[in-house]
Amino acid sequence: MATTMTTETPANGGAAAETVPLSGLRRPVSKWIWLGVIFAALLPLIGGQTGLISNFYFLQLSLMIVYSIAVLGLNLLIGFNGQISLGHGAFFAVGAYVTAILIDRYEMHYLATLPPAMFVCFVIGYLFGRPALRLEGHYLALATFALAIAVPQFLKYRHFEPFTHGVQGINIFKPDPPFGMPLSPDQWLYLVVLACAIVMFIVARNIVQSRMGRAMMAIRDQPLAADTMGINSARTKSITFGISALYVGLAGALHAIIFEFVSPDSFRFELSIAILVGAVIGGIATLSGAVIGGFFVQFIEKYADALTKWVTSTVHLPIHLEPWTIYGIVLIVLMYTMPMGIAGGLASLWRKIRPPG
Amino acid sequence: MVAVVEPASARRETVSSAPPLLSVRNVSVRFGGIVALDGITFDIHGGEIAGLIGPNGAGKTTLFNCLSRLYIPNDGDILFEGKSILKSPRHEIPTIGLGRTFQNVALFDRLSVLDNVKVGCHSQSSSGFLATALRLPGVAAEEQRITERAWELIEFMDLRPFAALPAGPLPFPIRKRVELARALAASPKLLLLDEPAAGLNHEEIGVLEAQIRRVRDLQKVTVLLVEHHMSLVMAVSDKVVAIDFGRKIAEGTPAQVQRDPEVIKAYLGTGAET
Ligand SMILES: Nc1ncnc2c1ncn2[C@@H]1O[C@H](COP(=O)(O)OP(=O)(O)OP(=O)(O)O)[C@@H](O)[C@H]1O
Ligand SMILES: [Mg+2]
Repeated sequence: MATTMTTETPANGGAAAETVPLSGLRRPVSKWIWLGVIFAALLPLIGGQTGLISNFYFLQLSLMIVYSIAVLGLNLLIGFNGQISLGHGAFFAVGAYVTAILIDRYEMHYLATLPPAMFVCFVIGYLFGRPALRLEGHYLALATFALAIAVPQFLKYRHFEPFTHGVQGINIFKPDPPFGMPLSPDQWLYLVVLACAIVMFIVARNIVQSRMGRAMMAIRDQPLAADTMGINSARTKSITFGISALYVGLAGALHAIIFEFVSPDSFRFELSIAILVGAVIGGIATLSGAVIGGFFVQFIEKYADALTKWVTSTVHLPIHLEPWTIYGIVLIVLMYTMPMGIAGGLASLWRKIRPPG
Repeated sequence: MVAVVEPASARRETVSSAPPLLSVRNVSVRFGGIVALDGITFDIHGGEIAGLIGPNGAGKTTLFNCLSRLYIPNDGDILFEGKSILKSPRHEIPTIGLGRTFQNVALFDRLSVLDNVKVGCHSQSSSGFLATALRLPGVAAEEQRITERAWELIEFMDLRPFAALPAGPLPFPIRKRVELARALAASPKLLLLDEPAAGLNHEEIGVLEAQIRRVRDLQKVTVLLVEHHMSLVMAVSDKVVAIDFGRKIAEGTPAQVQRDPEVIKAYLGTGAET
């Protein structure tokens, strides 16, 4: 009896075999990504000192990076673990308020407020994720939706006013760069936000390319088989919920610092949708897509209004469009043209135009 | 193919005095009005290849689902190495030493073949979220171990050309091999195979037969095999249990079970190919 087995090799089988890294260990980060990161880090020197990039644009860039962190966090939940959330804006709000209250009321150093903000969001996310495990699909979506609706009301609650200042919100002040560095506060905070983002992307990558990341994806693809492989789905899913809340909470905390202000109405339901759309647009289950997603969220936030007016007036539309319509239009167009998200679309474009060899 | 029966039954004599590896005791499962399993009892000894046969709807998959704790029996007990598994949560079953494949192939479709097999190592590894997130010492070494084990099984199942491809779109026979590799990754003591030959052609079934033997001999795994391909079951099994309508109708060597009038009646009655 033959003990060797036949091997059916599909057309691309041979090529695939060559591209398998023999160790099967972590893929190296592309040098282009590192170059991009170095360029981003030098931006205050290149653009700031020469006056090419104003403080206003550094603020915009910072916001974009902040949203990237949030999109990344939501992507870990939706893209990698297959759970849905329409309410992650709630964690953004909680993170922002923890930081604002700690700075405003307890006069903590702004950087020292980040770990508590992340911790609180992790715990809330974990506790929320636990009972939510029993909910599937639409019901989980509804539960998270309720969370997004409830949190702003909660922040307005009368008895919390000594902490939250109710509807007025909390004003905090932009910190100056330390050690008398020759940077503007906006340039400095841009670097802080960038550093946080780099750390959070590395952590996400560590998780995704390891035992627990594979467990997350196994649950997403085939829950029963995942259990059978020894994965504790309940635990894995609720911790993933917590981690994803932690990411979004950090984004909220950084947002509070660079924006110098928090109020219940800055965290309305639209924020949750914006982060969700960012995750889908950037590319679900890709880490790099989060950067594009973050850019998209900030862009829409800033220009949806203007864009809508421009579209309405140039096309002479007989109907009145809400700024939110742009979301829908962009989303539909992108879903049709790039079903894998922008990151996926760019990746396949790159494979086509890449110089051979 | 005939030559196997003799040494296999000889081996069975030597192990049957030891306590059974798996002991199914009077297990019953009801779904509303349907009685899927009705007081099933049998033992499997270490080192055996046991066949489980029965017409469609006999309850074979239901029994597997009880063994992997996807279903809870209404009655009876399941002992593995003398201990009841019914108190263990589902995700501890592979740690105890039970692995399985699924009748319809349940792969993680968007993961690569290599990653699928790596997930199979989950129960044999331990680093948690915090450790992996921060790459604490030990994580890299464990990942290395998982990777080596996964490659070992990829080679064992001849899957190297597919290792980097997503498992979802692969042809069905390849997917079945991936699933077998994944199940073996945890080094189970008992492997449950639910219709591994379904959808394979004649030649592939020959290969599968050799693979199942190699699994038993090289990986030291006891096998419980559900199969409709009678020639495969009869060639490869040391013993065969036949069930029909949730009841055990025969148990014995392949030759005994094949001759059993109840078995013949069950298969003729439903017109299944034998
Ligand atoms: N989850 C369930 N809910 C209701 N009935 C079920 C369920 N699972 C199985 N059954 C019923 O139990 C009986 C046994 O089914 P089972 O899948 O175990 O049969 P089988 O022997 O594996 O058949 P096949 O050879 O076709 O795979 C069938 O009548 C089936 O309809
Ligand atoms: Mg079945």
